[in-house]
Amino acid sequence: MLRPTMPVPRPRFDGPPVLATGKFMPSRQPYGPTLQQQRNRSAMWFLLPTFVALSGIAGWPLLRTIYFSFTDTSLTSIYDGEWIGFANYLTWRELPSGRVIYRGTLVDPVWWNAVWNTLRFSVISVSVEAVLGMMIALLLNMQFRGRGVVRAAILIPWAIPTIVSAQIWSWMLNDQFGVINHALIGLGIIDHKIAWTASADTAMVAVLIVDIWKTTPFMALLCLAGLQMIPRDMYEAARVDGIHPVRVFFRVTLPLVRPALMVAIIFRMLDALRIYDLVYVLTPNSRATQTMSVIARENLIEFDKFAYGAAQSTLLFAIIAVIVSLYIWIARVNLADGGR
Amino acid sequence: MSHVNLKNIRKNFGAVNVIKGIDLEIAKGEFMVFVGPSGCGKSTLLRLIAGLEDISDGELCFDGARVNEKVPSARGISMVFQSYALYPHMKVYDNMAFGLKLAKSSTETIEERVLAAAKMLELDQLLDRLPRELSGGQRQRVAIGRAIVRNPSVFLFDEPLSNLDAALRSSTRLEIAKLHQDLSGVTMIYVTHDQIEAMTLADRICVLRDGQIEQVGTPSEIYDRPKSVFVAGFIGSPKMNLLRGDAAQRFGCATVGIRAEHFDVNPDEPTWSGLVKFIENLGSDTYLFVDVGLNDPLVVRQSQGARFAVGDMVGLAPSEPHIYRFGPDDRLIT
Repeated sequence: MLRPTMPVPRPRFDGPPVLATGKFMPSRQPYGPTLQQQRNRSAMWFLLPTFVALSGIAGWPLLRTIYFSFTDTSLTSIYDGEWIGFANYLTWRELPSGRVIYRGTLVDPVWWNAVWNTLRFSVISVSVEAVLGMMIALLLNMQFRGRGVVRAAILIPWAIPTIVSAQIWSWMLNDQFGVINHALIGLGIIDHKIAWTASADTAMVAVLIVDIWKTTPFMALLCLAGLQMIPRDMYEAARVDGIHPVRVFFRVTLPLVRPALMVAIIFRMLDALRIYDLVYVLTPNSRATQTMSVIARENLIEFDKFAYGAAQSTLLFAIIAVIVSLYIWIARVNLADGGR
Repeated sequence: MSHVNLKNIRKNFGAVNVIKGIDLEIAKGEFMVFVGPSGCGKSTLLRLIAGLEDISDGELCFDGARVNEKVPSARGISMVFQSYALYPHMKVYDNMAFGLKLAKSSTETIEERVLAAAKMLELDQLLDRLPRELSGGQRQRVAIGRAIVRNPSVFLFDEPLSNLDAALRSSTRLEIAKLHQDLSGVTMIYVTHDQIEAMTLADRICVLRDGQIEQVGTPSEIYDRPKSVFVAGFIGSPKMNLLRGDAAQRFGCATVGIRAEHFDVNPDEPTWSGLVKFIENLGSDTYLFVDVGLNDPLVVRQSQGARFAVGDMVGLAPSEPHIYRFGPDDRLIT
């Protein structure tokens, strides 16, 4: 497989040494490829299956979706769509009266409502989860009896399939027979039953509560992994120096755990921006909670506006890509600053 | 500038007794070294003095006042950790100043103290660097600097040289000795498993074994008058020749100890004779490993160049004033 005559392009992911030797020694090499080149070639072969699989299951559908968004394809005639340019995104027509009528996703109030819902949901849920997750991780990082059991137990919400936990919560939050209303009234906190998931005022709160309940453990676990990388000596040195624990947290723990926290946040952000299942089960058809994924799917499948849904999916992809790139860029700028 | 007094100090971790009753007085300004094999409890003892662990029983006093319940920061101590425990994201200056900022010192005195310590440890050029940009020896000096700036009355070292290579270790050892001179009056307690560090640095050495004190004394007392077989074997390099059985019987004891430098080679009436099995030439000294028919070969020091070759027959006799006789309880017979 690794014969030197194979026309494998020289990969470039190894940095300067390869480039240097590559420059110095063009294709003619009397002794065959260098060790570095051989390593690069085997690396290529190891990467190939993943690359093929990802192209098939992620790359191709993505390209297809982007293509569909520029056509008038419908669900019933997937292969008969015609190219219509940006019409699904934005198009306008000037009426004889001089009035201009805009059409397309970019002027669709339902779409922008969904964008706003998604962003609001993502920012609030990820922020709360990060804070709670870090607090729980700090707790789990302490030495106490039964720590192993607690660490395992805390993961249960995360391990339950979302559909199941969303359904459990939707029953608990139910305004007629839900246990939460019952308990809150019993405690005297509220005086009438609240339709948590049905009322527009509380629907988003309900979704947030369930999402935070479900994914805080994941955040806590990633933070815990980061915390455990910090040597115990560092805390003991701070104790000997008499530094207040709060100050140790902000000046020592947080800067050192930040790389792990950043990764945890970006994972959760990616997840939150494409939230679908929780909203679908908990608050179906509520305008207050509809997210980008929810209305894209609605258009794709239910409303038979396949190409329109494809355009929204493409925008969803673009928005996530921009936010994540921005986040990584900001994180890197801060890290280069010495993390202070 | 504290007088440290340990009264019957004990420490249990669950059912395991790690420290089994330690009585020890450490004078003001003294350099005390805890030495012993790994697992003897020396680091635990240091952590008890630091206040990083609770004392199970007994009393720890600084200048006569009980400190068992005092948190580390209230004891007036500084500690240098084996791993240095520097904050990786802070520059050298901030690492040294971090503990001070809390003490509500004015900015000026913080800067003064840090700069003075940096100068003393030749760190002045490195104040803007991060720990990862420093060599092992420099990191070690930062760790010491961080301890100095707090003006401690007791300085604790937990195996501070064990992460350094051999050359750096001996030069840093000298620096610590110099530091002790410069900071006259500061009590220093130093934990090591390296008996050379113990011998070179200590005013007094405390040899620990299995959570108990085996012997306390000045380096020369420990070296010249080891109270037990354990101390005799632990202190000194190469290890003292310890013979049991018939070989010891000839000297009227259960175990006889003879240091490598205390042999007469080829005397008129040799006690033992045998073949030279190996020779270690260290330049200034040469060690002969002589097989005299006992379990282990006898190690014999020759201060002149190698006069012998492997396979030579040599006769050996211990020089009488330097024979250590130990009784059946492994204690020195006086």
